[in-house]
Amino acid sequence: MADNNAASVRADDSLFQKGIKEGLFAGAISFGMFLLYIGIVTEQNIHNELVYRFRWGLLAAFVIIAAVGRFLIVTVVQPWVAARKANAKPAVEEKGFFSKNFLKIALVFLVFYPILAVTLAGTQGSLKYVDNFGIQILIYVMLAWGLNIVVGLAGLLDLGYVAFYAVGAYSYALLSSYFGLSFWLLLPISGILAALWGMILGFPVLRLRGDYLAIVTLAFGEIIRLVLINWTDVTKGTFGISSIPKATLFGIKFDASKEGFAALFGLAPSSAYYKIFLFYLILALCLLTAYVTIRLRRMPIGRAWEALREDEIACRALGINTVTTKLTAFATGAMFGGFAGSFFAARQGFVSPDSFIFMESAIILAIVVLGGMGSLTGIAIAAVAMIGGTELLREMEFLKHIFGDDFTPELYRMLLFGAAMVLVMLFKPRGFVGSREPTAFLKERKNVSSSFTKEGHG
Amino acid sequence: MEYFVQQLVNGLTLGSIYGLVAIGYTMVYGIIGMVNFAHGDIFMLGAFAALIVFLVLSPIIGFTGVAVLVLLLAMLVVAMLMTSLWNWTIERVAYRPLRGSFRLAPLITAIGMSIFLSNFIQVAQGPRNKPIPGLVNDVYTIAGISVSLKQIVIMVVTAVLLAIFWYIVNHTPLGRAQRATEQDRKMAALLGIDVDRTISITFIMGAALAAVAGSMYLIYYGVASYNDGFVPGVKAFTAAVLGGIGSLPGAVLGGLLIGLIESLWSAYFTIAYKDVATFAILAFVLIFKPSGLLGRPEVEKV
Repeated sequence: MADNNAASVRADDSLFQKGIKEGLFAGAISFGMFLLYIGIVTEQNIHNELVYRFRWGLLAAFVIIAAVGRFLIVTVVQPWVAARKANAKPAVEEKGFFSKNFLKIALVFLVFYPILAVTLAGTQGSLKYVDNFGIQILIYVMLAWGLNIVVGLAGLLDLGYVAFYAVGAYSYALLSSYFGLSFWLLLPISGILAALWGMILGFPVLRLRGDYLAIVTLAFGEIIRLVLINWTDVTKGTFGISSIPKATLFGIKFDASKEGFAALFGLAPSSAYYKIFLFYLILALCLLTAYVTIRLRRMPIGRAWEALREDEIACRALGINTVTTKLTAFATGAMFGGFAGSFFAARQGFVSPDSFIFMESAIILAIVVLGGMGSLTGIAIAAVAMIGGTELLREMEFLKHIFGDDFTPELYRMLLFGAAMVLVMLFKPRGFVGSREPTAFLKERKNVSSSFTKEGHG
Repeated sequence: MEYFVQQLVNGLTLGSIYGLVAIGYTMVYGIIGMVNFAHGDIFMLGAFAALIVFLVLSPIIGFTGVAVLVLLLAMLVVAMLMTSLWNWTIERVAYRPLRGSFRLAPLITAIGMSIFLSNFIQVAQGPRNKPIPGLVNDVYTIAGISVSLKQIVIMVVTAVLLAIFWYIVNHTPLGRAQRATEQDRKMAALLGIDVDRTISITFIMGAALAAVAGSMYLIYYGVASYNDGFVPGVKAFTAAVLGGIGSLPGAVLGGLLIGLIESLWSAYFTIAYKDVATFAILAFVLIFKPSGLLGRPEVEKV
């Protein structure tokens, strides 16, 4: 007994020493890393010359956080994780009412969300909640679900997805302003055009896999954006296309005229009605995307996608035509990107190449990755967390009181996105929702634990 | 003719910078088979380190004769140290735990890292372009072609570094360890090579070259910005692919070719589409000749 105690005390001692050592090391490394970039800041003065200023306090804070953080990880977190692993029981989880009916609750909430916003914040006040939070998040949910077909189901890493979004947006913008076609006609046309581009860009990359495929799709995405910038005769270049016609509801326009929506129903004129209409529109488009994805996964083509993701060589050996499988994945994913694009153009009334930069692709990909590639619920949650989170950051005025007046929270959103992508890949490579429901099963459906799913061979 | 030779000189200067960055891509891809997407941002970090050293040191030592040389050297050395430290840490924290994970995992992490780095600099140093006064401004005119001292410095430094690196990779125990790790990681480990250390050193070497390229870029254009990593990074990657990824001379050759294509394209066609040309080359090479000009074709093992 006494021996045991002595041993554990010694273990604690050496753990403590190890923690101190690693903490100091981390502090030294972070001092070196941040010395120039945090410790010194470069600014333009009023003569537009570059001057520098030291920020020793901030540098010290970074170094101390790194050192203490590493110390705590070594002395507290790592033993705790090890202990938990040792005591881990085979988890028999009883699902609660909430998690069982999560999807239904979420759907009901979404349907009543605009009504809730109007009752709580008034017609004009609801604009912010419906537009900035509702529509903005749902656009990204739809884009991420579209990309999910390519990345999550077929396992083809597409870094140029925003190109199809751009094709959809510009199809609507150009065709409606040059030919005066209506939104409802152009919505499917945009989808078809985007799908066509998906096939055109998909065709040359059929032979490529993994990271080469990713890089080529990135190149294609950038080429489309550069063409949009430079083909000024048609696209008006960086100025973009403005005053794009709005969508209509069975021919009823959303404007202040006599035939407008508000006048027709005897309501006070407000731009909120159009936003609420758009909210339901994008909700319907999202549900369509989810429905198609879920149905396709049960069809032979969906099974072929998943087989392709798991092992391309085995897939070919089993006689699956990888050419059509890949092309349909690209085309289907691109089609939903096109739908979302034309919706985006109708919502903004303005499109310019600035909306379709590589960072947008990266954000959409980040959402798919964070949500756990392949899981629709996980992706939706990730989109709410990331896009809603950044919108919230914008709202948080009180942060300015803590960090000073020149603190702009928006700047931090991409920083957080990048860090989140890295952290999720390191600790939960299958995303927040760590399991995937198999679509093909024998007798009963079993959840596949994340530790069994390993993908992307070849 | 003079115009053409002039463009050739400009292209070679630009190509030297791309070549230096491309070596980092090619070495990392060769040794662990991963596209280090964050390498372009390491290049940008190098440029910023050089910028800050320049700002801090130049009021102290001035711009006379020897001082410029000292300043240049200090910029290069500090930038190399900085990016080496960063790349070492990144490899340690973000890439090493993912070895053996599924194939796309390191690429996704690298994209996240790239976003993180450029936004880190944006937050820490501000989003505006950072201009510096010209460091070496002499221009020589030889037979109607003007060559600036900057261009000569850039080409000479590139050539010297290449010679050093070629020697390290081909004639030192470290280089031998690298080549062995590249061929078969497990076998190399069995033969007593510290594989983790070798990979770390490869990342450090790549970062040091990127830092040199970043400093040169800063001196050449006189401006640095937080989003300078992306486009030059993609171009350097194109160079690595064009030359044959995994091949050191290929990276330099590819870099020079990309530099030449870019400056000749801008000179004779439209400057607007110069990036389209690079991206198109990237796509074409990857699709039709993935092994590049000097690379070995990849054998598919089942």
